[in-house]
Amino acid sequence: MIEFLSQPWPWYVAGPLITLTMVLLLLAGKSFGVSDTLRTTCAIGGAGKVSDFFDFDWRSQAWNLVFVMGAIIGGFIAASWLQQPDPIPLAQATVEKLQALGIENPGEEYLPDEIFSWEGLFTLRGFIMLVVGGFLIGFGARYAGGCTSGHAISGLSNLQLPSLIAVIGFFIGGLIMTYLLLPLILTL
Amino acid sequence: MKKYISYLSIGVLFGIIMTKSQAISWYRIYEMFRFDAFHMYGIIGSAVVLGVISVALIKKFSVKSTEGTPITFTTKNMSIPRYLIGGTIFGLGWAMAGACPGPIYTLLGNGYSVILVVLASALLGTFTYGLLRSKLPH
Repeated sequence: MIEFLSQPWPWYVAGPLITLTMVLLLLAGKSFGVSDTLRTTCAIGGAGKVSDFFDFDWRSQAWNLVFVMGAIIGGFIAASWLQQPDPIPLAQATVEKLQALGIENPGEEYLPDEIFSWEGLFTLRGFIMLVVGGFLIGFGARYAGGCTSGHAISGLSNLQLPSLIAVIGFFIGGLIMTYLLLPLILTL
Repeated sequence: MKKYISYLSIGVLFGIIMTKSQAISWYRIYEMFRFDAFHMYGIIGSAVVLGVISVALIKKFSVKSTEGTPITFTTKNMSIPRYLIGGTIFGLGWAMAGACPGPIYTLLGNGYSVILVVLASALLGTFTYGLLRSKLPH
């Protein structure tokens, strides 16, 4: 069983399980939207004093913080007991493109070590990708009113046109970054 | 308390799915935006198709939550600039950091402590949005 679970899960297993995650939360009376936890954390930190956007009863959102606490534990369980030794089977074209951009071992770990490590943080490209990248995620998710879970999964499942527009935006931004900006940033 | 154990358990399930499907991998997001593999499209696509069916069934049969209240869905207010501009900014960050909020938390559990920097920056971004909100087109 553990051996079976330790293999990488194909998309047709992972996708339906994500739907299950959303449905379980709905059955528990909640809605699936991870980026809301960022707003809640700001509220807990006292951001309500400077912006009424954070002036709400964060206790009503405590369930979501417990949910993401679970996600952290889930990541730990998977890394500790369901680990796979093999590299990520990336498309050959992706591997070659990344090697040309100076990423040495694409797919060997989940993240490129040159960038996503404490040493990497103190390089120009690492600093930009972690700090600016994180900022854009937090700013954009709240501006758009949701992230991948809230819009692409929950919103599209409920046939919300605003969510479709947001997802189109996700791709516009993602494609600009991938094709125009990352080649410059990665070779800094 | 019992409720919180169920939220925690659903979160654990989610973290394991995100890890084992490799959706937490920066490489998988890069590969997706380059259209080099079907993997991420399969994950999101199948989740959405089944999600549409699930939500329709919940509505059709007026399914109640475990708390006994009807499951409700909020209709989002229509706006083009808000979703398009906000979405584009999010997409820029998603492709750069290679993780959306769910994977950010999951990666922490996987032991990538430097992701704390991404999380802190995301909190700062959220806070900044809160400060500028009234000045932005919505």
